[in-house]
Amino acid sequence: MSDALTGAATGSPAEVPEWPMPRAEGCPFDPPPALRELTAEKPLARVRIWDGSTPWIVTGHAEQRSLLGDPRVSVDERLPGFPHWYEGMAAAVDYRPRSVFNSDAPEHTGFRRIMTRPFTFKRVEALRPTIQKITDDLIDTMLAGPKPADLVEALALPLPTLMISELLGVPYKDHDFFQENAARGIAHNVSAEESMRTFGALNEYLVRLVERKAAEPADDALSDIAAFVTSGDISVSEAAMMGTGLLIAGHETSANMIGLAVVALLEHPDQLALLRDTDDPKVVAGAVEELLRYLGIIHGGQRRIAKEDIEIGGEVIRDGDGIIVELFSANRDAHVFPDPDALDLRRENARHHNAFGFGIHQCVGQQLARVELQVVYGTLFRRIPTLRLAEPLDRIQFKHDRLAYGVYSLPVTWK
Amino acid sequence: MKITVEQDKCVAAGQCAATAPDVFDVGVPPLERSREWGRDEDGVVVLLTDDPPAELADDARDAAAVCPALAIHIAQ
Repeated sequence: MSDALTGAATGSPAEVPEWPMPRAEGCPFDPPPALRELTAEKPLARVRIWDGSTPWIVTGHAEQRSLLGDPRVSVDERLPGFPHWYEGMAAAVDYRPRSVFNSDAPEHTGFRRIMTRPFTFKRVEALRPTIQKITDDLIDTMLAGPKPADLVEALALPLPTLMISELLGVPYKDHDFFQENAARGIAHNVSAEESMRTFGALNEYLVRLVERKAAEPADDALSDIAAFVTSGDISVSEAAMMGTGLLIAGHETSANMIGLAVVALLEHPDQLALLRDTDDPKVVAGAVEELLRYLGIIHGGQRRIAKEDIEIGGEVIRDGDGIIVELFSANRDAHVFPDPDALDLRRENARHHNAFGFGIHQCVGQQLARVELQVVYGTLFRRIPTLRLAEPLDRIQFKHDRLAYGVYSLPVTWK
Repeated sequence: MKITVEQDKCVAAGQCAATAPDVFDVGVPPLERSREWGRDEDGVVVLLTDDPPAELADDARDAAAVCPALAIHIAQ
């Protein structure tokens, strides 16, 4: 069914372009030109993915919000025709327990309520001093070490990983194991299989930790979650999956935002000056929203499947069609953001970006991410005003082929 | 304006409170651990005023637009 194309605009099967698509040489910060061409006339179009299927890719801001809030659109990856990210995800679908990531309301609602408590707006605000201290310590260590330094290894990756371990309640003695595996899971030269094995090992660790927290609760998120195991609401496996999910979803993403923003700001010195020279937390917060919009790191496309026919953007998505919601493109939708490809840290409506998604699955950790980014962007360039890249831009290794965009390493130096 | 919120739809994203703090708040979970499981109001939207003054109207509309659950309704 998903191979049957409708409408003149989509062309014959042989003309359906492949997804993912590459960014332009020399334009590491802009969406793939081929995607912009493909969706110039209508905010959605067919693409061909790894398994030969031809889901819809949706790039329009309004259309994305409509679909992500539509109960006819499902995240249930068990449904036939679901457009999995890659072969490994499809192969392991029966081994993944039910979670927020793969269930719809009302099943999703219960899982979500268990996970949101540590991430609410006010709880996260209370973590700001801890985030500041970790950031300051990591910067101190980097400054005391050799030049050039790798900003990813020194700051961008350890900060969010440490925060997630704190939040979850990973014991201090296990922090190194946790961090090493978290880093290995996302490393450059690691195959998809090795990555899944590494996260599998972390999941195993979390199963044991959940059992300990159920027996001896402490003041942390895993204990909160473990109590729902004790009450019989969820299984140990589902609880561990929540913890693994929070780790996977929350460390590389923030790390990518930190690394990528440093590159972007160094490429836009007038914007950097604005950020570096401000004392106003509102200006920093606004800058974070614009960087979330402009960098749009979630660029592989969130995966969904239609449970009924849906008319949208001048097309009809049929029951059973795969849907790819390419969030980055919506952040550059000129209908919403005038001069969308310009980085403007004072942009008034930056907060309307889709960087964290939309609908009931919108990122659980978004407020934590915001505070982490506000602290880092507000601290780094004040502490190190002469920070600069130690390699030319064209030598920087961007994560072109990963679901979340960023840089693998970032050699920096300073005076 | 007349604002209503649907707490059942709320996913505790907190964007309303971040956008219009004088109009929306979030239920504050207790810092010490609570054993009252099933308290759905943690982090969930709390409407501070259903008819904010004119100078807060734009912020209120912004908050309704960014709510991921479409749980905030504004009638003029």
